[in-house]
Amino acid sequence: MRADPIPVLTDAAVKSQHEMTVCNACRYCEAYCPVFQAMEERLTFTSGDVAYLANLCHNCGECLYACQYAPPHEFGIDVPKTFSALRVESYEAAAWPAFAAPAFRRPWTTTAVALAAGALASALAARTLWVRDESAAFSAAAARTFQLRGTADFYSVIPHDLMVMLFGAVGVFAVVALVVGYRRFARSIADPTIADLEGPRRAGIGAAARDALTLKHLHANGEDCVDAEETRRPWRRWMHHCTFYGFLLCFASTSVAAIYHVVFGWVAPYAYTSLPVVLGTVGGLGLLVGPVGLLLIDRRRDHALTHSTQASLDAPFLAMLFLTSLTGLLLLALREKTFMPSLLIGHLAFVLALFVTLPYGKFVHGIYRAAALVKFRKETTS
Amino acid sequence: MAPPEVYEVAVLGGGNAALCAALAASERGARVIVLERAPRVFRGGNSRHTRNLRCMHTAPTDILTESYSEDEFMTDLLRVTGGMTNETLARMVVRASADAPARMRRFGVRLQPSLRGTLHLSRTNAFFLGGGKALMNSYYAAAERRGVDVVYDADVVGLQIHDGRFESATVRIDGREQQVRARSVVLAAGGFESNLEWLKEIWGEAADNFLIRGTPYNTGTVLKLMLDAGAEPVGDPAQCHAVAIDARAPKFDGGIVTRLDCVSLGIVVNRHGDRFYDEGEDFWPKRYAIWGRLVAQQPDQIAYSIIDAKAVGRFMPSVFPPIAAASIRELAALIDVPAGTLAATVERFNGAVRPGTFDHEALDDCHTEGLVPNKTHWAQRLDTPPFWAYPLRPGITFTYLGVKVDERARVALRGGPAANIFAAGEIMAGNILGKGYVAGVGMTIGTVFGEIAGREAWRGASSDTSASQAEHRAG
Repeated sequence: MRADPIPVLTDAAVKSQHEMTVCNACRYCEAYCPVFQAMEERLTFTSGDVAYLANLCHNCGECLYACQYAPPHEFGIDVPKTFSALRVESYEAAAWPAFAAPAFRRPWTTTAVALAAGALASALAARTLWVRDESAAFSAAAARTFQLRGTADFYSVIPHDLMVMLFGAVGVFAVVALVVGYRRFARSIADPTIADLEGPRRAGIGAAARDALTLKHLHANGEDCVDAEETRRPWRRWMHHCTFYGFLLCFASTSVAAIYHVVFGWVAPYAYTSLPVVLGTVGGLGLLVGPVGLLLIDRRRDHALTHSTQASLDAPFLAMLFLTSLTGLLLLALREKTFMPSLLIGHLAFVLALFVTLPYGKFVHGIYRAAALVKFRKETTS
Repeated sequence: MAPPEVYEVAVLGGGNAALCAALAASERGARVIVLERAPRVFRGGNSRHTRNLRCMHTAPTDILTESYSEDEFMTDLLRVTGGMTNETLARMVVRASADAPARMRRFGVRLQPSLRGTLHLSRTNAFFLGGGKALMNSYYAAAERRGVDVVYDADVVGLQIHDGRFESATVRIDGREQQVRARSVVLAAGGFESNLEWLKEIWGEAADNFLIRGTPYNTGTVLKLMLDAGAEPVGDPAQCHAVAIDARAPKFDGGIVTRLDCVSLGIVVNRHGDRFYDEGEDFWPKRYAIWGRLVAQQPDQIAYSIIDAKAVGRFMPSVFPPIAAASIRELAALIDVPAGTLAATVERFNGAVRPGTFDHEALDDCHTEGLVPNKTHWAQRLDTPPFWAYPLRPGITFTYLGVKVDERARVALRGGPAANIFAAGEIMAGNILGKGYVAGVGMTIGTVFGEIAGREAWRGASSDTSASQAEHRAG
């Protein structure tokens, strides 16, 4: 038997260990999803084991509704809910820098602070231009340029280099924080007795990527998982796809625009039919539909399925995605208007706040789920 | 609720057989009410704890391997019951089991092939995806879709039967007694295994130490009412299916996780520290069911399975932690067994173990010589600490006493078959399963006879309706 690397166990970890012990003696749910298949590889459960299993869980409800030991049975087995609480703890444990971990417990406050900071940063960035312009006493040349280019020129509000610096810094920070989190988490769930890290490094990564990109385990049995007792609908999966791929397309839009600018010297604004605008528009629509859909599904969802600490992460993140997209689309549609600068500053505030909170909110579920899926594929292929 | 209207079919009970009957009647157009004694969260009787049903098939299917012929199924049934079976009814069940998976799926039930751990059943048993509670959820959802009225917390306390005809049931709902009238009734309310008073009448004070593996709602009320009303009994009234389970299991509803699979890997002693039966007689699944009675016969109905470190990892983990100690004497103190006797028992056992090649997958040649009783397979010296003990108590799965039925599921009364009273499931399983058990056959009986009872109840009710309509027209 292995020594538990983290000797102090939280309530959620202790409850998870109890539940996995009961589940492992029952195994009726073994055909539902990888959680139970991975569970069966083990006889005892360390804190790393339960964190791994918790992040494999996609929080449907099959195992709860099928459970002969679900509350009010004295065993009180509610795997989706217990694991949802444990997941938040695993996000906190892997957070970098560690002092930011409490952000997971106060998602609205975190979002509000980030938004205020984002607004301030955008406004200040815009102000630098005005200051410069004022000092130049609105030179005739500047005024002419402004008119020539039309109001759709975002860089007349915030200079391109400043925008790149600002977003580059925030982007790099978010990526570093997420990478550190991923590595910390992957290390915490590594199990030397099960040859997951021994195997070829790439083994399983492709399969795990497919599992993640198709949300395979939300319809692993050829049919969607339940979202309420005996109710199997595809909406949660499709709304998640809208959100995830919407985000990806928006990200692609920005990346293409950056290439246009840096490589080809094509400067924004781009035409409505251009690749960055099309990608951004389609992605932006996904980010309107998906988050709203997920919020509506959340509202009607059985409270027995998700712990409040996990459930409270959803709304702030979804709201941020929605508002970032909404302001972006408005900016696109109204970029010729005179109030464009205000719209731009607002949109950039949302984008900044969204990226700076990525490592400290619901977004990380994808990072740790991915780590768990990779481990699962490595375990099952080794 | 229970509106004061007259139903065509009333189903007493809320497990697998009850819902199969309700669905069979309602899909033919009958107005059906299901009276389930449990609250909604614990609905489904003992079916909530089941996992599969045995079914014959002539070729591999998506969920069953190879084939399992009618004759082989019959042979298995005759073997476990020692011939205590109504062969006509048994053969009906076996034959009808072939269609069960397709029929179940029509009602939204999802099936799966058996996986690791249960591979020995992959040929004979169809597994419910997620187990018996998921099965019951599908059935209840199908019943609700079809407009079946389901009343939970509905305790049947009386049956009005006149001249062999059911007229109404007295049902206590929310503390108020009401009459539920129906043209036909299906009795599917299970056995009496959770009626502690009834168990004590048969087994005396020992019954206080029995654990009930399933629902606390199977108190046999309907069974008793029917027997009092003159139904012919079937099955040994003094027998029950009992297995040895972990003594720390809850009094009721412990289900599958309380089982212990390590008996054949070590020795079993009673509270005096003495062995009392060959732990290695046969593969554990085949001996699972005799150990309940063996433990019930020991003082205070308790025994201890003792293994050493060599057995760890060789059996399905139990839900309760082992009682562990570095020596047999320390272990004896922890389980309150005389240390001297236990140490002597282990020493004698170790001395009697003959060299052999251990193979838990086969009836190996590891055995003892010169002991009473000997251990005939898988005998290995208990010499590697830590030593583990699991306490065992009898766990009652079901009782055999039931009402006699015919091939139309009609309940046999003293004067002949009842006109409109049908039975399905555990309450009549004794017709087919007079004793013994083979995995998944209870669910097969419930599924097949549930369908027959529902169909016949509907037929009785509809002929009744047309008869009364004809009467009405004539009048």
